[in-house]
Amino acid sequence: MSEHRVIGGSSRRVDVADKVTGRALYADDLVLPRMLHCKLLRSRVPHAELLRVDVSAALEIPGVLAAITGADLPIPYGILPVSQDEHALCRDRVRFVGDPIAAVAAEDEETATAALARIAVELRPLDPVGSIEDALARPEPRLHQYAQHGNIHRMVSQEFGDLEQGLAEADYVREDSFFYGGSTHLALEQHAALADWSPDGRLTLWSSTQTPHYVHRVLARVLELPAARVRVIVPALGGGFGGKTDPFNHEVVVAKLAMRTGRPVKICLTREEVFHCHRGRHPTRIWMRTGVKRDGAITAMHVKTVLDGGAYGSYGAASTLYTGALQTVTYRVPHYRFDGARVFTNKPPCGPKRGHGTPQGRFALEVQLDKIAEALGLDPADLRLRHLVSPDSLTANYLRIGSTGLRQCLETVVERSGWREKHGQLPFGRGVGVACSSYLSGAGVAIYWNDMPHSGVMLKLDRGGGVAVYCGSTDVGQGSDSVLAFVVAEVLGVPPGDVRVVTADTDLTPVDLGSYSSRVTLMTGNAALQAAERARELLASAVAGKLEARPEELVFAEGRVFPASDPDTGVSFAEAVVAAESRFGTLATVGHYAPPAPAGKFKGSGVGPSPAYSYTAAVAEVTVDPETGMVRADKVWIAHDVGRAIHRPSVVGQIEGSVYMGLGEALFEETSHRAAHNLVPVAPSMLGYKSPTALDMCEVESFVIEDPDPQGPFGAKEVGQGPLLPIPPAIVNAIYDAVGVRIDEVPATPDKVLWALLAREQGREPRVGPGALAELPWPETVRVRPPWETAGASAPVRKEQD
Amino acid sequence: MSERGGGVGPAETLRLRLVVNHRPVELLVPPHRTLLELLREELGLTGTKHGCELGECGACTVLVEGRPELACLRLAASCDGAEVTTVEGLARGPRLDPLQETFADTGAAQCGYCTPGMLLVAHELLERTPRPSREEIRLAISGNLCRCTGYLRIIEAIERAAERRAGADV
Repeated sequence: MSEHRVIGGSSRRVDVADKVTGRALYADDLVLPRMLHCKLLRSRVPHAELLRVDVSAALEIPGVLAAITGADLPIPYGILPVSQDEHALCRDRVRFVGDPIAAVAAEDEETATAALARIAVELRPLDPVGSIEDALARPEPRLHQYAQHGNIHRMVSQEFGDLEQGLAEADYVREDSFFYGGSTHLALEQHAALADWSPDGRLTLWSSTQTPHYVHRVLARVLELPAARVRVIVPALGGGFGGKTDPFNHEVVVAKLAMRTGRPVKICLTREEVFHCHRGRHPTRIWMRTGVKRDGAITAMHVKTVLDGGAYGSYGAASTLYTGALQTVTYRVPHYRFDGARVFTNKPPCGPKRGHGTPQGRFALEVQLDKIAEALGLDPADLRLRHLVSPDSLTANYLRIGSTGLRQCLETVVERSGWREKHGQLPFGRGVGVACSSYLSGAGVAIYWNDMPHSGVMLKLDRGGGVAVYCGSTDVGQGSDSVLAFVVAEVLGVPPGDVRVVTADTDLTPVDLGSYSSRVTLMTGNAALQAAERARELLASAVAGKLEARPEELVFAEGRVFPASDPDTGVSFAEAVVAAESRFGTLATVGHYAPPAPAGKFKGSGVGPSPAYSYTAAVAEVTVDPETGMVRADKVWIAHDVGRAIHRPSVVGQIEGSVYMGLGEALFEETSHRAAHNLVPVAPSMLGYKSPTALDMCEVESFVIEDPDPQGPFGAKEVGQGPLLPIPPAIVNAIYDAVGVRIDEVPATPDKVLWALLAREQGREPRVGPGALAELPWPETVRVRPPWETAGASAPVRKEQD
Repeated sequence: MSERGGGVGPAETLRLRLVVNHRPVELLVPPHRTLLELLREELGLTGTKHGCELGECGACTVLVEGRPELACLRLAASCDGAEVTTVEGLARGPRLDPLQETFADTGAAQCGYCTPGMLLVAHELLERTPRPSREEIRLAISGNLCRCTGYLRIIEAIERAAERRAGADV
């Protein structure tokens, strides 16, 4: 099939034997001698001044070794430099039901739990802010003084080109309002952390985190320890989906308690506490005005979003920009304006969930295009096909498109789903919908500003022929450890089983920024590729003389090194290592990767750029029961341009897993809070929070499209997040095709479908969705001339202020 | 069967005799200890996972007397005399169960956290119904949540294991 031996293959993953036998150790499986157990006292009110916390009675209980409060951890932190608004334990304010106030370490969990009841807390209640509308209407009491305006955390306003001119050129202009419900990651593994403090002043934290490097930085700063004495290790991780990418209060707390007691301290959150940690999908109001020509060509697009951020900043400043940034990367948009805002509310903080900010904008865009196609009398798939972005181009907001297999993706699902025989032609109650999407293969800019690599790999060769790869990346279940092994095995021509992978240990492994923004395969893959190529050069030059060939003529394959012209001669890989070590000394190489600098240089240009964009198209077929409003997804045809599949089963696994999670967001899953009852979560349990079971999952036909991108290792792009994006709009478009009602918000639960059907019966607009957005005190617009209006595509952007 | 304990907390411990993964085990446990805690904390069998400890996710599924049970909801004391099988007991020595092989081959385990519970449910299904239909498989695993795979590769792995077991019988 290809010139590769390992890449594109279906070998077993390097960690799977341990996972099917129960040998894999996750954070809560770890036990140390003399280990204590930690429990957190959490706020039961959504908003209050914290007047007094007294742990003295808790300390009197036999078996309680330590109890701490916010006074013990005065230094704030947060994942983004612009939002350092969290304390590990609340100091003067509690901001949501579940905000931690105090912590206890005891000999066992029962004793720790009993001790929580003995902690005295004095609070002065404040009015809680419960929703986007609430936050906009009531600037006081402010959740955070650093908020830009009242309870509006951040606002951004950007215009690329001339929106008004673009709208004036349109034959048809349409405005729509949408709502995208909040949802949570619901990783099967509850967050757990184990801290150990050694008498020589070293802290080790084993934690279920997707970002050990950022946890390392936060621990050092908040605990006032030299970073050189802090070690963060990620054991096997039971799923993340973005829910384990923030540094968490419980990680800081167990570390502090270990330092306080001199004994190891472990915490494993209950499922309810995981709902409190959250950092999930922002509930988002979206308004879009789009102008098009008669053939569907977009002349201008204006997107406004307002995100419900919950109680803290988290990744929210970036999430806000992401609701607008990727609206331009699938179809040509000559003039583009984005206004985005995030509000604070007294609910668990929202953050990055699979797709991070982009599913909300994508949903609105793809549903609006469906309406536009109908208004223009065009087929929704044809409309899209006619106006796709070109490869190797810049968008209006300066995103550099490389390879794009979107046309092939869309043509594939249209053909294979029988779209042309089905759309508008199925009997009442059945329908099909189409949607496209695109996602980053890694953020182009690190979370904290620096000039260092985003990913580093060290490679060590053993005299026996074994290869060890060291990298800070974290396998969250997506298979990133296996990607490292496969890339190295491909380059050095050894079986993947001979490659030992050591990852996610800040003492041992070079920094990788973490498993977020779909960055890992592209970035660690490139770093591993470079390290492996350097090792191959050393080996080749050591054995070239003996093999009477030039080094570049040597082939590394099947555990051997041999001249391309004479495969029967040659040496074993181990012999080549011995020759090279004899000649050069101990053998180790390094590789690193940093993405290209973003093309745009305006305020907010750090969010959106990526070395490469993946592309997806999907067709969903649904059955709607007009009696009950129940929607059943029958089948999804989905094609994803992954550039190059490093490991085909993992690519398909990510596509199917994304369809599954998108299905949950489209039809079932929603994090909601009881407005009249202290803003407690409606369903902080796996029974109440409806994630799809095996009985709810639809049939999926996946197509792996490979349009190699020069930026990716072997051409590879991302696949972990992009395939989620088209699912909610494709399903909602299919509902319209089935029963003729517009559900402009997800999840599209049966009550909404019934409501819309009833509205149609009664002659009202057959639609469920929000009304127009309230006007916000938008800041001054950052105006940027699009690339085609400047001298050259790579010319710096002239920044204008109006 | 009970003995008086001392000090604070539950006063009694119970003497239990079980067969865990084909080996007899005898130990003293407090009456409120769950089977999940017994397996993970007393016996070190951490292959059994927990995702909720409320009987909602299925991650802690083990076989009690050959039937799938949620170890988080089962009191250890109620298992006196029972035979319990966990994921560690599926392989016979170094030889993996066909389900473990097919789960590894098809990509049915991503993060791996639901995998032990899925394997045991599937094992019981195939003991009961050697050639299950796709619907029977979906129903059997419908109490076990997985957030990574969308279940499709798990279903495929169970189908393949059924074929493999049928082949071995011939």
